[in-house]
Amino acid sequence: MVGLVAQSPGLALEGNQNAMAYYQNIFTEVQVRPKVPELGVPVAVDHRWGKPFNSYLLGLFGNGQVGPIYIGYLGALSAVCFLIAFEIVGLNMLASVNWSPIQFVRQLPWLALEPPLPKHGLKILPPLNEGGWWLITGFFLTSSIMLWWVRLYRRARALGLGTHVPWAFASAIWLYLVLGFIRPILMGSWSEAVPFGIFPHLDWTAAFSLRYGNLFYNPFHMLSIVFLYGSTLLFAMHGATILAVSRFGGEREIDQIVDRGTATERAALFWRWTMGFNATMESIHRWAWWFAVLTTLTGGIGILLTGTVVDNWYLWAVKHGVAPSYPQVYAPIVDPLSVPGGAQ
Amino acid sequence: MKIFFVVLGASIAFFLTVAMFGTSGWTRPPLATAQTGYRGTAMDQVHTKAGLAEVKEANVAPAAADPAEEDGELAGKTYENVQVLGNVTTNEFNRLMASMTEWVAPEQGCTYCHNTENMADDSLYQKRVARRMLQMTQHINSDWKANHVGSTGVTCYTCHRGQPVPANIWFTNPGPNHSSGFVARNNGQNMASPSVGLASLPYDTLTEYLADKNIDNNAIRVNGTTAPPTTKGKPIQDAEKTYGLMIHMSEGLGVNCTFCHNTRAISNWSQSTPQRTTAWHGIRMVRDINGNYLEPLASTFPPNRLGVLGDVPKVNCTTCHNGQNKPLNGVNMVDSYPELTKSTVLAGTPPADPTAPAPAPNP
Repeated sequence: MVGLVAQSPGLALEGNQNAMAYYQNIFTEVQVRPKVPELGVPVAVDHRWGKPFNSYLLGLFGNGQVGPIYIGYLGALSAVCFLIAFEIVGLNMLASVNWSPIQFVRQLPWLALEPPLPKHGLKILPPLNEGGWWLITGFFLTSSIMLWWVRLYRRARALGLGTHVPWAFASAIWLYLVLGFIRPILMGSWSEAVPFGIFPHLDWTAAFSLRYGNLFYNPFHMLSIVFLYGSTLLFAMHGATILAVSRFGGEREIDQIVDRGTATERAALFWRWTMGFNATMESIHRWAWWFAVLTTLTGGIGILLTGTVVDNWYLWAVKHGVAPSYPQVYAPIVDPLSVPGGAQ
Repeated sequence: MKIFFVVLGASIAFFLTVAMFGTSGWTRPPLATAQTGYRGTAMDQVHTKAGLAEVKEANVAPAAADPAEEDGELAGKTYENVQVLGNVTTNEFNRLMASMTEWVAPEQGCTYCHNTENMADDSLYQKRVARRMLQMTQHINSDWKANHVGSTGVTCYTCHRGQPVPANIWFTNPGPNHSSGFVARNNGQNMASPSVGLASLPYDTLTEYLADKNIDNNAIRVNGTTAPPTTKGKPIQDAEKTYGLMIHMSEGLGVNCTFCHNTRAISNWSQSTPQRTTAWHGIRMVRDINGNYLEPLASTFPPNRLGVLGDVPKVNCTTCHNGQNKPLNGVNMVDSYPELTKSTVLAGTPPADPTAPAPAPNP
C-alpha cells in the first residue's frame, strides 16, 4: 500500500553508526506516497472535488498528496467575495498609476486603496474614488472571511472535530473587525480605518502610534506583544522538543497524551532538568493555542480603546504610574507656544 | 526532479543573498555614535565615521575674501541705483560683489546679473532677485539670529554652494496628472516621494506646512494633550502628514528623531532636547522666507524658473542644512561680511525697486 520515495542519504548508514540518527532531522527526508490516494475517514456529506495527485515539491513541506478538496457553496462564495475584493483593490492601484502595468509592478509596494476622507464620516457610500471603493472592498472581504469561518466550523463539525481552529480564526477576525469596522464606527468616521496596501498600511500603523502618544504604553498592546513573542518561543520549544524525540516515536505526540512512551518521558525529563518544570503532551498544545488566540484578542482590545477611551497612551501611563521619569539632562525645555511672545 | 529543485533552491538562495548584500544600503562599521539623552532612552545619533567625513568634506565653507581697504566713499554715493547696500563703503561693496559672484555664479560671472554696459541697469531678473535675496539674508541674520541662525548666520553660499539655483529647492507637488479613465484618489500619498524619505506618506507636506506663512501654529501637532479624549482629535491622516514633515527634517539635517525628541513621548517638550526649540523656530523661519521673500518674486522669475503650478522655488530645511545639523560644518562666514547682518540702506535712498516687494514687516 505504501511506498517510500526520496530515500534519505541518512539511510545509507554503515558499520557501527547509530541507525537512529536517521530520525534526527530538521528537513523532511521521507515522503509517503500511497499507491491508492488517501481519502481519510468516511463522512456523512462528502462533496470532494478533483483527482488527487502527488507533488514532490509540496511533499517537502507537508503531505505530498494534493486533493481532493472540499469546496461547497460556502467555500465557493467565499472565494468569489475574496476575488471581488482583491480585484477592486488591484484595479484601484492600477488606476492610480494611470493603468501602466510597468508602473504597477514598480510601485506596487507603495500603492493603496485608501479609506474614505474624514469629511465623509460614516457615510455608507461616499463617491467611489473618495472611499466608496474602499467600503465596497471592505464589505466583500469581510463577507469572504465570515463565509470562510462558517466553512471552517462546519467542516470541523462534519469530521467530528472540536472547533478549536474556527475559534482561533475568530480571534484574528476580531482584530480585523476592530481595525476596519468597530473602531471606525465608535470614532464616527471610516477615515480611521486602515488602507489596503503594503507600505501604506505599515505607515498607517506607525502614524497610528504617533497620533495616540506611543502605543507601547498601551497595556493591551503590551499583552499582545507578550503573547505574540511567547507564541514564537513556545512554537520553537515545542517543535524542537518533538523533533528531538522523534527518534523515539515522539512525533506520535497525540497518542502519547494517554499512552505515554519513552519519547514523552525523555522530553518531559529534559525540560524538568533544564528549567524545573515541564508541560505535558496535551498541555503544551493548550499553551500554544491560548497564546496564539490571546495575541489578536488582546491586540484588538488595545486598538479598540485607542482614540475612543484613551487619546494619549504616554500620558495615560504617566497618570497610572507605568511610565518612569528620567533625570533632566538639559536646562528646562518649554513649548515655545506656551511662552508669551515665544512664537516669533 | 529532486536534483532540479535542489539546484533551483540553491540558485534562488544564492541570488537572494547577493541581492541582499548588494542592494540593502548596508552601513559599514566603524560607527560614530553620540549620546544625546539620558542613558536608557536610546537617544543617540548614529553615523558611520566614513559618512561623517564625507559629509564634512562636501560642506566646506569657502575662505572669506581679503578684507577691503577701510574708509572711502559710500557705495550709494559712488554708484547709481544701489538700493540695499548704499550704506556700505565702495571697497566693501565691491568685495561683496566679487564674493557673491564666487558664491552664486562663479562660471557665469558678473554678467549673470549685470548688464556690463550699464551696471546700474535692472533689466535682468537675476539682479532683481539677487537684491531681494540680499534683503532676505540681512533679515535672517538680524531677525532670526536669536532663535535660529545664531551668530553663525547665513550667506549666499549657505544655500547656493556655487550654483545660481541652490540644489535643494522645491515646488508644490500636485501629484500625478492622469487624464484618462477612472481617476483614482491616492489621498495625496503612496508615491515614494524623496521629500518623505521614499515612504508612502503624503508627498506634499512641504506645501502645507512650510509654504503658508499664516498657518495655525498648532497645525503640525497631532497628539492629545490629556490621557482621555476631551475633544474630537485630529485624524490619523494628519499624523501621517506630520510624520512626513519630520522625515524631511531628519533627512535634511542628517539626524534621527532623537536629535530633538525623546521618542517615548514625541510631543512632550520637557523631555526634548534644546535642538527641538531651534528646529521649531526654523520651521517658522522657512515659512517667513517662503511667504515673505520668495512668493512675492513670482512675477519676477521667468516661467522656466517656476514649478508646474506656476509657484516660485521655495526653501526647506535641506536648502541650507544639506544633510548637516549645522550647515557648512557650523563655520561662521558672516563675521567677515558684517554688511550681511544688518540693514545697509543709505538714508534717503528711494525704496527698493518696485518690481520687488517691500521688505517684510518684522514678525
